[in-house]
Amino acid sequence: MVGESLAARVLAGHVASAARLIRLLEDERPEGRDALHELYPKSGRAHVVGVTGPPGAGKSTLVSALITALRKAQKRVGVIAVDPSSPLSGGALLGDRVRMQQHATDAGVFIRSMASRGHPGGLARAAWEAGVVLDAMGFDLLLVETVGVGQGEIDILELAQTTVVVCLPGAGDEVQAIKAGLLEIADLLVLNKADLPGAEQAQRHLEAMLRHGPASGWPRPLLRTIAAREEGTEALVQALAAHRAHLEASGELALIEARRARRPFLARVRERVADGLEAELANGPEARALLAQVERRTLDPYTAADRWLARAGGPT
Amino acid sequence: MPAGGERRIRVLLAKLGLDSHTIGVTVIARALRDAGMEVIYSGLKQTPEMVVATAIQEDVDVVGLSSLSAAHMTHFPRVVELLREQGAGDKLVLAGGVIPDEDAAVLRQAGVSRIFTMGARTDDIVAYLREWWASR
Repeated sequence: MVGESLAARVLAGHVASAARLIRLLEDERPEGRDALHELYPKSGRAHVVGVTGPPGAGKSTLVSALITALRKAQKRVGVIAVDPSSPLSGGALLGDRVRMQQHATDAGVFIRSMASRGHPGGLARAAWEAGVVLDAMGFDLLLVETVGVGQGEIDILELAQTTVVVCLPGAGDEVQAIKAGLLEIADLLVLNKADLPGAEQAQRHLEAMLRHGPASGWPRPLLRTIAAREEGTEALVQALAAHRAHLEASGELALIEARRARRPFLARVRERVADGLEAELANGPEARALLAQVERRTLDPYTAADRWLARAGGPT
Repeated sequence: MPAGGERRIRVLLAKLGLDSHTIGVTVIARALRDAGMEVIYSGLKQTPEMVVATAIQEDVDVVGLSSLSAAHMTHFPRVVELLREQGAGDKLVLAGGVIPDEDAAVLRQAGVSRIFTMGARTDDIVAYLREWWASR
Protein backbone atom coordinates (compact mmCIF):
# COMPACT_ATOMS: atom_id res chain seq x y z
CA MET A 1 0.00 0.00 0.00
CA VAL A 2 2.99 2.29 0.43
CA GLY A 3 3.14 4.80 -2.41
CA GLU A 4 -0.53 4.57 -3.26
CA SER A 5 -2.61 7.68 -2.75
CA LEU A 6 -4.95 7.97 0.20
CA ALA A 7 -7.90 7.86 -2.20
CA ALA A 8 -6.59 4.67 -3.82
CA ARG A 9 -6.29 3.02 -0.43
CA VAL A 10 -9.86 4.04 0.41
CA LEU A 11 -11.10 2.61 -2.89
CA ALA A 12 -9.24 -0.62 -2.12
CA GLY A 13 -11.32 -0.85 1.05
CA HIS A 14 -8.68 0.07 3.61
CA VAL A 15 -10.68 1.02 6.71
CA ALA A 16 -8.00 2.98 8.54
CA SER A 17 -7.38 5.11 5.44
CA ALA A 18 -11.08 5.94 5.14
CA ALA A 19 -11.19 6.81 8.83
CA ARG A 20 -8.12 9.04 8.48
CA LEU A 21 -9.51 10.75 5.41
CA ILE A 22 -12.76 11.57 7.19
CA ARG A 23 -10.69 13.12 9.95
CA LEU A 24 -8.68 15.21 7.47
CA LEU A 25 -11.89 16.45 5.87
CA GLU A 26 -13.43 17.18 9.24
CA ASP A 27 -10.35 19.18 10.22
CA GLU A 28 -10.37 20.90 6.79
CA ARG A 29 -6.87 19.79 5.84
CA PRO A 30 -5.73 20.25 2.23
CA GLU A 31 -4.72 16.57 1.90
CA GLY A 32 -8.34 15.67 2.52
CA ARG A 33 -9.47 17.85 -0.30
CA ASP A 34 -7.05 16.21 -2.74
CA ALA A 35 -8.39 12.77 -1.88
CA LEU A 36 -11.99 13.95 -2.16
CA HIS A 37 -11.21 15.21 -5.66
CA GLU A 38 -10.28 11.65 -6.63
CA LEU A 39 -13.11 9.94 -4.77
CA TYR A 40 -16.10 12.08 -5.68
CA PRO A 41 -16.44 10.70 -9.25
CA LYS A 42 -16.52 7.19 -7.74
CA SER A 43 -19.39 8.01 -5.39
CA GLY A 44 -23.09 8.12 -6.10
CA ARG A 45 -24.09 4.48 -5.79
CA ALA A 46 -25.11 4.27 -2.13
CA HIS A 47 -28.64 4.74 -0.89
CA VAL A 48 -28.33 7.59 1.61
CA VAL A 49 -30.84 7.36 4.43
CA GLY A 50 -31.31 10.02 7.08
CA VAL A 51 -32.54 9.05 10.53
CA THR A 52 -33.85 11.95 12.54
CA GLY A 53 -36.26 12.67 15.36
CA PRO A 54 -36.54 14.16 18.83
CA PRO A 55 -34.11 13.25 21.61
CA GLY A 56 -34.99 9.98 23.31
CA ALA A 57 -36.88 8.54 20.35
CA GLY A 58 -34.36 5.72 20.11
CA LYS A 59 -32.58 6.73 16.92
CA SER A 60 -29.29 5.01 17.74
CA THR A 61 -30.99 1.83 18.86
CA LEU A 62 -33.07 1.86 15.70
CA VAL A 63 -29.95 2.37 13.57
CA SER A 64 -28.34 -0.61 15.29
CA ALA A 65 -31.40 -2.79 14.69
CA LEU A 66 -31.48 -1.60 11.07
CA ILE A 67 -27.85 -2.62 10.65
CA THR A 68 -28.74 -6.12 11.83
CA ALA A 69 -31.59 -6.38 9.33
CA LEU A 70 -29.51 -4.92 6.48
CA ARG A 71 -26.63 -7.28 7.17
CA LYS A 72 -29.08 -10.22 6.92
CA ALA A 73 -29.93 -8.86 3.48
CA GLN A 74 -26.18 -8.88 2.60
CA LYS A 75 -25.91 -5.10 2.50
CA ARG A 76 -22.76 -3.28 3.56
CA VAL A 77 -23.66 -0.42 5.86
CA GLY A 78 -21.92 2.85 6.66
CA VAL A 79 -23.14 4.90 9.61
CA ILE A 80 -22.49 8.58 10.38
CA ALA A 81 -23.83 9.47 13.81
CA VAL A 82 -23.84 13.16 14.73
CA ASP A 83 -23.98 14.54 18.26
CA PRO A 84 -23.79 18.17 19.31
CA SER A 85 -20.55 19.91 20.28
CA SER A 86 -20.56 21.92 23.47
CA PRO A 87 -20.95 25.58 22.57
CA LEU A 88 -18.78 26.51 25.55
CA SER A 89 -15.76 24.26 25.26
CA GLY A 90 -16.09 23.07 21.67
CA GLY A 91 -15.66 19.53 22.97
CA ALA A 92 -18.23 16.80 22.53
CA LEU A 93 -19.43 13.62 24.13
CA LEU A 94 -20.33 11.21 21.36
CA GLY A 95 -22.35 8.33 22.76
CA ASP A 96 -24.40 7.00 19.87
CA ARG A 97 -22.00 4.10 19.42
CA VAL A 98 -22.93 2.58 22.77
CA ARG A 99 -26.12 1.26 21.15
CA MET A 100 -24.32 -0.03 18.07
CA GLN A 101 -21.26 -1.81 19.43
CA GLN A 102 -22.58 -5.27 18.60
CA HIS A 103 -21.54 -4.38 15.03
CA ALA A 104 -18.11 -3.01 15.93
CA THR A 105 -16.09 -5.90 14.53
CA ASP A 106 -18.28 -6.62 11.51
CA ALA A 107 -16.16 -5.85 8.43
CA GLY A 108 -19.33 -5.02 6.49
CA VAL A 109 -20.13 -2.12 8.83
CA PHE A 110 -18.33 1.19 9.33
CA ILE A 111 -19.54 3.47 12.10
CA ARG A 112 -18.30 7.00 12.55
CA SER A 113 -19.28 9.37 15.36
CA MET A 114 -19.14 13.01 14.44
CA ALA A 115 -19.43 16.20 16.49
CA SER A 116 -21.53 19.00 15.03
CA ARG A 117 -18.72 21.54 15.69
CA GLY A 118 -21.16 24.42 15.79
CA HIS A 119 -22.85 23.55 12.52
CA PRO A 120 -26.56 24.30 12.81
CA GLY A 121 -29.30 22.15 11.35
CA GLY A 122 -28.73 18.85 13.14
CA LEU A 123 -25.71 17.68 11.14
CA ALA A 124 -21.96 18.24 11.06
CA ARG A 125 -20.20 20.20 8.33
CA ALA A 126 -18.25 17.10 7.31
CA ALA A 127 -21.22 14.70 7.27
CA TRP A 128 -21.50 15.19 3.53
CA GLU A 129 -17.77 14.55 3.04
CA ALA A 130 -17.87 11.40 5.16
CA GLY A 131 -20.82 10.22 3.09
CA VAL A 132 -18.82 10.63 -0.14
CA VAL A 133 -15.90 8.65 1.31
CA LEU A 134 -18.07 5.74 2.45
CA ASP A 135 -20.13 5.81 -0.74
CA ALA A 136 -17.00 5.66 -2.92
CA MET A 137 -15.68 2.87 -0.73
CA GLY A 138 -18.66 0.76 -1.78
CA PHE A 139 -21.05 0.77 1.14
CA ASP A 140 -24.54 -0.03 -0.14
CA LEU A 141 -26.42 2.01 2.41
CA LEU A 142 -25.45 5.00 4.46
CA LEU A 143 -27.40 5.71 7.61
CA VAL A 144 -26.94 9.29 8.76
CA GLU A 145 -28.20 9.85 12.28
CA THR A 146 -28.80 13.49 13.18
CA VAL A 147 -28.62 15.07 16.59
CA GLY A 148 -31.87 14.92 18.51
CA VAL A 149 -33.90 17.56 16.73
CA GLY A 150 -36.98 19.60 17.47
CA GLN A 151 -38.49 21.41 14.56
CA GLY A 152 -36.14 23.46 12.47
CA GLU A 153 -33.05 21.29 12.21
CA ILE A 154 -33.78 19.77 8.85
CA ASP A 155 -30.40 19.84 7.11
CA ILE A 156 -30.78 16.11 6.65
CA LEU A 157 -33.08 16.88 3.73
CA GLU A 158 -30.07 18.22 1.85
CA LEU A 159 -28.06 15.08 2.44
CA ALA A 160 -30.44 12.12 2.41
CA GLN A 161 -32.35 10.51 -0.41
CA THR A 162 -34.75 8.93 2.06
CA THR A 163 -35.57 10.55 5.39
CA VAL A 164 -36.81 8.45 8.29
CA VAL A 165 -38.41 10.37 11.14
CA VAL A 166 -38.45 8.44 14.41
CA CYS A 167 -40.90 9.26 17.16
CA LEU A 168 -42.13 7.59 20.30
CA PRO A 169 -45.40 7.24 22.13
CA GLY A 170 -46.20 8.90 25.40
CA ALA A 171 -46.17 12.60 26.06
CA GLY A 172 -47.97 14.70 23.49
CA ASP A 173 -44.97 17.00 23.26
CA GLU A 174 -43.07 14.69 20.95
CA VAL A 175 -46.06 14.45 18.67
CA GLN A 176 -46.30 18.22 18.69
CA ALA A 177 -42.67 18.49 17.67
CA ILE A 178 -43.26 16.04 14.87
CA LYS A 179 -46.36 17.89 13.77
CA ALA A 180 -44.66 21.25 13.72
CA GLY A 181 -41.99 20.48 11.21
CA LEU A 182 -40.44 17.08 11.14
CA LEU A 183 -43.43 15.26 9.74
CA GLU A 184 -43.22 17.29 6.56
CA ILE A 185 -39.77 15.98 5.78
CA ALA A 186 -40.52 12.32 6.55
CA ASP A 187 -40.52 9.82 3.70
CA LEU A 188 -41.02 7.11 6.28
CA LEU A 189 -42.40 7.63 9.73
CA VAL A 190 -41.39 5.20 12.47
CA LEU A 191 -43.19 4.87 15.76
CA ASN A 192 -40.46 3.34 17.90
CA LYS A 193 -40.88 1.90 21.39
CA ALA A 194 -44.26 0.69 20.14
CA ASP A 195 -44.67 -1.48 23.23
CA LEU A 196 -44.98 1.56 25.50
CA PRO A 197 -48.34 2.69 26.84
CA GLY A 198 -49.94 5.23 24.53
CA ALA A 199 -48.68 3.58 21.35
CA GLU A 200 -52.16 3.10 19.91
CA GLN A 201 -53.08 6.69 20.55
CA ALA A 202 -49.82 7.97 19.09
CA GLN A 203 -50.38 5.82 16.03
CA ARG A 204 -53.87 7.25 15.49
CA HIS A 205 -52.49 10.79 15.83
CA LEU A 206 -49.68 10.19 13.38
CA GLU A 207 -51.95 8.44 10.87
CA ALA A 208 -54.33 11.37 10.97
CA MET A 209 -51.45 13.79 10.38
CA LEU A 210 -50.18 11.72 7.47
CA ARG A 211 -53.67 11.73 5.92
CA HIS A 212 -53.78 15.50 6.11
CA GLY A 213 -50.27 15.99 4.82
CA PRO A 214 -49.40 17.06 1.29
CA ALA A 215 -50.41 14.52 -1.34
CA SER A 216 -47.67 12.97 -3.42
CA GLY A 217 -46.98 9.88 -5.46
CA TRP A 218 -45.42 8.25 -2.42
CA PRO A 219 -47.94 7.19 0.24
CA ARG A 220 -45.79 7.78 3.31
CA PRO A 221 -45.91 4.72 5.51
CA LEU A 222 -46.07 4.62 9.29
CA LEU A 223 -44.13 1.69 10.69
CA ARG A 224 -44.04 0.42 14.24
CA THR A 225 -40.78 -0.80 15.72
CA ILE A 226 -39.39 -1.97 19.02
CA ALA A 227 -35.78 -1.34 18.13
CA ALA A 228 -34.38 -2.60 21.43
CA ARG A 229 -35.79 -6.03 20.55
CA GLU A 230 -35.04 -5.64 16.83
CA GLU A 231 -38.77 -5.92 16.06
CA GLY A 232 -40.26 -4.30 12.98
CA THR A 233 -36.93 -3.54 11.35
CA GLU A 234 -37.27 -5.99 8.47
CA ALA A 235 -40.43 -4.19 7.36
CA LEU A 236 -38.48 -0.94 7.65
CA VAL A 237 -35.70 -2.30 5.43
CA GLN A 238 -38.33 -3.26 2.84
CA ALA A 239 -39.90 0.20 3.07
CA LEU A 240 -36.49 1.83 2.53
CA ALA A 241 -35.95 -0.25 -0.60
CA ALA A 242 -39.48 0.54 -1.78
CA HIS A 243 -38.87 4.26 -1.36
CA ARG A 244 -35.62 4.11 -3.28
CA ALA A 245 -37.37 2.14 -6.06
CA HIS A 246 -40.13 4.76 -6.11
CA LEU A 247 -37.56 7.57 -6.44
CA GLU A 248 -35.96 5.80 -9.38
CA ALA A 249 -39.21 4.90 -11.13
CA SER A 250 -40.83 8.32 -10.68
CA GLY A 251 -37.80 10.31 -11.77
CA GLU A 252 -37.68 12.04 -8.37
CA LEU A 253 -34.22 10.69 -7.72
CA ALA A 254 -32.79 13.00 -10.38
CA LEU A 255 -34.34 16.00 -8.61
CA ILE A 256 -32.97 14.85 -5.28
CA GLU A 257 -29.53 14.32 -6.75
CA ALA A 258 -29.59 17.82 -8.19
CA ARG A 259 -30.45 19.16 -4.74
CA ARG A 260 -27.73 17.05 -3.15
CA ALA A 261 -25.15 18.44 -5.58
CA ARG A 262 -26.29 22.04 -5.28
CA ARG A 263 -25.97 22.28 -1.52
CA PRO A 264 -22.28 21.45 -1.05
CA PHE A 265 -21.36 23.57 -4.08
CA LEU A 266 -23.19 26.58 -2.68
CA ALA A 267 -21.84 25.94 0.80
CA ARG A 268 -18.22 25.80 -0.36
CA VAL A 269 -18.56 29.02 -2.36
CA ARG A 270 -20.18 30.81 0.58
CA GLU A 271 -17.46 29.52 2.85
CA ARG A 272 -14.66 30.67 0.52
CA VAL A 273 -16.13 34.12 0.08
CA ALA A 274 -16.69 34.51 3.81
CA ASP A 275 -13.23 33.14 4.68
CA GLY A 276 -11.67 35.51 2.15
CA LEU A 277 -13.41 38.48 3.71
CA GLU A 278 -12.47 37.34 7.23
CA ALA A 279 -8.82 37.17 6.17
CA GLU A 280 -8.97 40.62 4.59
CA LEU A 281 -10.67 42.06 7.65
CA ALA A 282 -7.71 40.85 9.69
CA ASN A 283 -5.10 42.69 7.63
CA GLY A 284 -6.43 44.08 4.32
CA PRO A 285 -6.83 47.88 4.15
CA GLU A 286 -9.78 47.92 1.74
CA ALA A 287 -11.95 45.53 3.73
CA ARG A 288 -11.07 47.29 6.95
CA ALA A 289 -11.96 50.67 5.44
CA LEU A 290 -15.36 49.34 4.39
CA LEU A 291 -15.98 47.89 7.82
CA ALA A 292 -14.96 51.17 9.47
CA GLN A 293 -17.60 52.99 7.40
CA VAL A 294 -20.24 50.48 8.46
CA GLU A 295 -19.19 50.99 12.08
CA ARG A 296 -19.49 54.76 11.75
CA ARG A 297 -22.85 54.29 10.01
CA THR A 298 -21.68 56.23 6.99
CA LEU A 299 -22.24 53.10 4.88
CA ASP A 300 -24.92 50.43 5.23
CA PRO A 301 -23.89 46.75 5.16
CA TYR A 302 -25.68 46.04 1.86
CA THR A 303 -23.76 48.73 -0.01
CA ALA A 304 -20.54 47.69 1.71
CA ALA A 305 -21.14 44.11 0.50
CA ASP A 306 -21.77 45.37 -3.06
CA ARG A 307 -18.50 47.29 -3.03
CA TRP A 308 -16.55 44.42 -1.54
CA LEU A 309 -17.83 41.89 -4.07
CA ALA A 310 -17.37 44.26 -7.01
CA ARG A 311 -13.78 44.79 -5.93
CA ALA A 312 -13.26 41.02 -5.54
CA GLY A 313 -14.65 40.44 -9.02
CA GLY A 314 -17.74 38.65 -7.77
CA PRO A 315 -21.44 39.29 -8.31
CA THR A 316 -22.89 42.65 -7.35
CA MET B 1 -9.96 25.15 1.74
CA PRO B 2 -7.92 27.00 4.33
CA ALA B 3 -5.05 24.91 5.66
CA GLY B 4 -6.39 24.26 9.09
CA GLY B 5 -9.87 24.12 10.42
CA GLU B 6 -10.30 22.90 13.92
CA ARG B 7 -8.07 20.11 15.09
CA ARG B 8 -9.43 18.52 18.17
CA ILE B 9 -8.08 15.67 20.24
CA ARG B 10 -10.33 12.65 19.71
CA VAL B 11 -10.48 10.16 22.56
CA LEU B 12 -12.12 6.76 22.78
CA LEU B 13 -13.18 5.70 26.27
CA ALA B 14 -14.08 2.07 26.70
CA LYS B 15 -14.77 -0.25 29.59
CA LEU B 16 -13.43 -3.75 29.36
CA GLY B 17 -14.38 -6.78 31.36
CA LEU B 18 -17.54 -7.48 33.23
CA ASP B 19 -17.90 -4.66 35.74
CA SER B 20 -20.74 -2.22 35.29
CA HIS B 21 -19.46 0.81 37.20
CA THR B 22 -19.76 3.79 34.91
CA ILE B 23 -19.38 6.75 37.27
CA GLY B 24 -15.61 7.13 36.93
CA VAL B 25 -15.56 6.87 33.17
CA THR B 26 -18.49 9.30 32.89
CA VAL B 27 -16.71 11.89 35.01
CA ILE B 28 -13.61 11.59 32.86
CA ALA B 29 -15.64 11.79 29.64
CA ARG B 30 -17.23 15.05 30.79
CA ALA B 31 -13.93 16.52 31.94
CA LEU B 32 -12.33 15.80 28.57
CA ARG B 33 -15.32 17.26 26.73
CA ASP B 34 -15.14 20.37 28.90
CA ALA B 35 -11.46 20.62 28.00
CA GLY B 36 -12.48 20.83 24.33
CA MET B 37 -11.86 17.23 23.30
CA GLU B 38 -14.16 14.99 21.32
CA VAL B 39 -14.89 11.91 23.36
CA ILE B 40 -16.35 8.74 21.92
CA TYR B 41 -17.81 6.54 24.61
CA SER B 42 -18.38 2.97 23.47
CA GLY B 43 -19.92 1.56 26.60
CA LEU B 44 -19.52 -1.45 28.84
CA LYS B 45 -18.20 -4.94 28.37
CA GLN B 46 -16.04 -4.17 25.38
CA THR B 47 -13.60 -6.77 24.09
CA PRO B 48 -10.10 -5.77 22.91
CA GLU B 49 -11.21 -6.53 19.35
CA MET B 50 -14.18 -4.14 19.65
CA VAL B 51 -12.02 -1.41 21.15
CA VAL B 52 -9.42 -1.65 18.40
CA ALA B 53 -11.95 -1.75 15.54
CA THR B 54 -13.69 1.26 17.07
CA ALA B 55 -10.46 3.20 17.61
CA ILE B 56 -9.53 2.71 13.95
CA GLN B 57 -12.96 3.57 12.49
CA GLU B 58 -13.20 6.66 14.68
CA ASP B 59 -9.57 7.63 13.99
CA VAL B 60 -9.04 8.62 17.60
CA ASP B 61 -5.71 9.87 18.89
CA VAL B 62 -6.13 8.42 22.35
CA VAL B 63 -7.60 5.18 23.67
CA GLY B 64 -8.60 5.27 27.33
CA LEU B 65 -9.28 1.88 28.88
CA SER B 66 -11.11 1.44 32.12
CA SER B 67 -11.61 -1.60 34.23
CA LEU B 68 -12.65 -2.02 37.81
CA SER B 69 -12.61 -5.80 37.62
CA ALA B 70 -9.42 -7.77 37.16
CA ALA B 71 -9.69 -7.69 33.38
CA HIS B 72 -6.90 -5.20 32.88
CA MET B 73 -4.01 -7.65 32.97
CA THR B 74 -5.31 -9.72 30.08
CA HIS B 75 -7.30 -7.17 28.09
CA PHE B 76 -5.18 -4.00 28.18
CA PRO B 77 -1.97 -5.52 26.74
CA ARG B 78 -4.10 -7.24 24.10
CA VAL B 79 -5.49 -3.85 22.98
CA VAL B 80 -1.94 -2.50 22.56
CA GLU B 81 -0.91 -5.61 20.67
CA LEU B 82 -3.90 -5.48 18.29
CA LEU B 83 -3.41 -1.77 17.64
CA ARG B 84 0.20 -2.44 16.64
CA GLU B 85 -0.77 -5.41 14.48
CA GLN B 86 -3.32 -3.29 12.65
CA GLY B 87 -0.99 -0.39 11.96
CA ALA B 88 -2.46 1.84 14.64
CA GLY B 89 0.36 1.65 17.15
CA ASP B 90 0.73 5.43 17.13
CA LYS B 91 -2.39 5.89 19.23
CA LEU B 92 -1.78 6.79 22.85
CA VAL B 93 -3.15 4.14 25.22
CA LEU B 94 -4.09 5.14 28.75
CA ALA B 95 -5.52 3.02 31.52
CA GLY B 96 -7.66 3.80 34.51
CA GLY B 97 -9.41 2.02 37.30
CA VAL B 98 -8.40 -0.21 40.15
CA ILE B 99 -4.88 -1.20 39.18
CA PRO B 100 -2.31 -2.27 41.78
CA ASP B 101 1.23 -0.86 41.46
CA GLU B 102 2.80 -4.15 40.49
CA ASP B 103 0.26 -4.55 37.68
CA ALA B 104 0.85 -0.97 36.56
CA ALA B 105 4.52 -1.69 35.97
CA VAL B 106 3.64 -4.69 33.80
CA LEU B 107 1.09 -2.65 31.81
CA ARG B 108 3.57 0.13 31.17
CA GLN B 109 6.04 -2.47 29.97
CA ALA B 110 3.32 -3.74 27.61
CA GLY B 111 2.87 -0.30 26.03
CA VAL B 112 0.25 1.48 28.14
CA SER B 113 1.61 5.02 28.32
CA ARG B 114 0.14 6.16 31.59
CA ILE B 115 -2.05 4.70 34.30
CA PHE B 116 -4.47 6.80 36.27
CA THR B 117 -5.70 5.01 39.37
CA MET B 118 -8.72 5.77 41.50
CA GLY B 119 -7.43 8.92 43.17
CA ALA B 120 -6.38 10.62 39.92
CA ARG B 121 -7.68 14.13 39.31
CA THR B 122 -9.34 14.83 35.99
CA ASP B 123 -7.18 17.97 35.68
CA ASP B 124 -4.10 15.77 35.65
CA ILE B 125 -5.52 13.63 32.86
CA VAL B 126 -6.38 16.71 30.80
CA ALA B 127 -2.92 18.22 31.40
CA TYR B 128 -1.22 14.97 30.43
CA LEU B 129 -3.19 14.72 27.19
CA ARG B 130 -2.56 18.34 26.25
CA GLU B 131 1.15 17.99 26.87
CA TRP B 132 1.27 14.82 24.78
CA TRP B 133 -0.71 16.47 21.97
CA ALA B 134 1.56 19.51 21.93
CA SER B 135 4.71 17.37 21.83
CA ARG B 136 3.64 15.22 18.89
